[in-house]
Amino acid sequence: MSAPLNTHEVDKATGAGAAADVAKGGAAMRGIPKQNGRWSAYAHLLLARIKEMQREPEVIFWVFVFPLLLAFGLGIAFRSRPASIPSVAIAAGPHASIVLDMAQRSPQSLHAQIVPEAEALNGFRLGRYDLVIVPGSNGASGDKLDLEYRFDPARPESVLARAQADEVLQAAAGRKNPLPTSAQASSEPGARYIDFLIPGLLGMNLMNSGMWGVGFSLVDYRQRKLLKRYVATPMRRSDFLLALTSSRLALMVLELGLLLGLGIFIFHMRVLGSWLAILLLGALGSAAFAGLGLLTASRAQKIESVSGLMNLVMMPMWIFSGVFFSYERFPAVVHPLIRALPLTALNDALRATILEGAPLTAQAGRLAVLVAWTVVSFLLALSWFRWT
Amino acid sequence: MNLAIECRGLRKTYDRKVEALRGLDLEIREGECFGLLGPNGAGKTTAIEILEGLLKPTSGEVRILGYSWQTHSRELREWLGISLQETRLSEKLTVRETIELFASFYRRPKPAEEVLAELELTEKSNSWVGKLSGGQRQRLAVATALVANPRILFLDEPTTGLDPQSRRQLWEIIREFQRRGGTVLLTTHYMDEAERLCDRLAIIDYGQVIAEGTPAELIDRLGGQHVVEFAVSGNSHGSAKDRALAHDVWRALPGVEAVHGDDGFICLTVRQPHVTIPALLDAVSHQGAKLLHLTTRQASLEDVFVRLTGRHLREES
Repeated sequence: MSAPLNTHEVDKATGAGAAADVAKGGAAMRGIPKQNGRWSAYAHLLLARIKEMQREPEVIFWVFVFPLLLAFGLGIAFRSRPASIPSVAIAAGPHASIVLDMAQRSPQSLHAQIVPEAEALNGFRLGRYDLVIVPGSNGASGDKLDLEYRFDPARPESVLARAQADEVLQAAAGRKNPLPTSAQASSEPGARYIDFLIPGLLGMNLMNSGMWGVGFSLVDYRQRKLLKRYVATPMRRSDFLLALTSSRLALMVLELGLLLGLGIFIFHMRVLGSWLAILLLGALGSAAFAGLGLLTASRAQKIESVSGLMNLVMMPMWIFSGVFFSYERFPAVVHPLIRALPLTALNDALRATILEGAPLTAQAGRLAVLVAWTVVSFLLALSWFRWT
Repeated sequence: MNLAIECRGLRKTYDRKVEALRGLDLEIREGECFGLLGPNGAGKTTAIEILEGLLKPTSGEVRILGYSWQTHSRELREWLGISLQETRLSEKLTVRETIELFASFYRRPKPAEEVLAELELTEKSNSWVGKLSGGQRQRLAVATALVANPRILFLDEPTTGLDPQSRRQLWEIIREFQRRGGTVLLTTHYMDEAERLCDRLAIIDYGQVIAEGTPAELIDRLGGQHVVEFAVSGNSHGSAKDRALAHDVWRALPGVEAVHGDDGFICLTVRQPHVTIPALLDAVSHQGAKLLHLTTRQASLEDVFVRLTGRHLREES
């Protein structure tokens, strides 16, 4: 275009603006108009985001109540009990009462009852009995007792029941132990399932709320054209993304406190590592998942499409990252891959710190994994991000 | 007079196929209220979003207050107040929180209290946005633009879907902004809104300006200020030739500047209805036809629009 365009000088233009301000009178009479500082937008965005979350009852439920319920339920279901007393069925028959009599001499190690054989086998199949004892007899006169154990070698409690029952019955029949032994009970907090579970749940919760909290609200803003409205103002885009991710930090502290509090006060869990290290891990984990959430939501236009993407990203971590059970169960070949996942790194680091008191300096590898995920996903997200 | 907004040869092609703008030129002066009119799909929103710096034109040049978006976007953002079409603000924030949030983005915003009072939202200042009525929401959207203390206000269909009272309330707010020296660019598809509010208008269709001027000038350009609208028996059933003949008859009546058919009626644009109507009645009785309908009214922008685009402004395109 060669047509001359009308330009004025900057100071002339701002001068006109100031003159207009004075002409308005109203603002001038209230004194010097308020001037916003560099971080005013960030502070307001952060505050607004936190208020929005507070006012959304679903958020409170999914972020706080749900993981607590999950931890509580699983903690109860898998609570440490003295190895349960094997439940043994004695098939009804002529010698059943003798066997029962022998079994009942040590009631603390065996729980036995007489049931008809068919019912006993059926109950065994359904897991109601760990072992079925079928008393028979041999010898010419049929007076010598001969027991048959029906057990399932694939069921640990069945194997245990067989050994226990044999022990009890042999002792009752007069066997003497050639070697004297004694035992001392020791069940320390730290080795129980709930101790394993709580750090894993914490990691998973940071992933869920980080990814949903950032990804979902971004797409929601985009769908409402609110992102577009924001970029139509002088707001710095980095302030907006920073506020969105750092609002997660405030929530993280609460999530962490609640879950660990539950572990400590209800399940008598012991925290061996430093709280500062745990907080740092929580912050790093939140940052990594906020970045991943940002990346997942960087272009999606609809809530429906981002939901699918989120699940796709999180699914492998739910399965492989050792939330509910150790990933050692997977073939050793894939362990390096599993350890490269951010949730695995976070869970391993949380467990090492909380349960073993390992210092962060000893976990450079895990920290590096988390930092790498954070940096790479933020950088990719920023170059991909669609504001309109 | 300085130009607030200026664009030359603006083109925008989406996906290399859809041409939303085909060489749009506009000059909007400081202190005026300028309206962009056009049917849906004419390119109004594309045009306003390019001027707002939210979309990049495929080609062409934009100057806002003398500056270009490439070099002075940060300054320009401080000077513009924008209300987009259909922004849904966060529902769980209160009115005051929303205004304060937007205020925090600007170096020298207006005090939130002042904006609340100006837009009559003080009473609602502690209500959640989700609980507001359509009119209140629209006023809040304008409030988020005004809190910037802007020099130019961009409003994309600010009154669409509002009841008459809310529309008038918004008009008053826009006039007040203008009285203080602000420049307004608005898009609308309400003719009455454009006529009452705008100092100058541009009608755009198929991505180009097809007419520009003050509302009075545009109406004047029709060639007459009155419209005589009538229907006669049989005139909608005849052959094309009959209709063309009839058209010539009406055109020949004294004082008729233009003839066009509209939805079964015939519209004559005339300068002096008292001269044309007796002649029209004579012509009808001469044909042995019966007059089924006759009204006369002041020509409006709507007539200009229909003449220029062959469509009504609010028809879906």
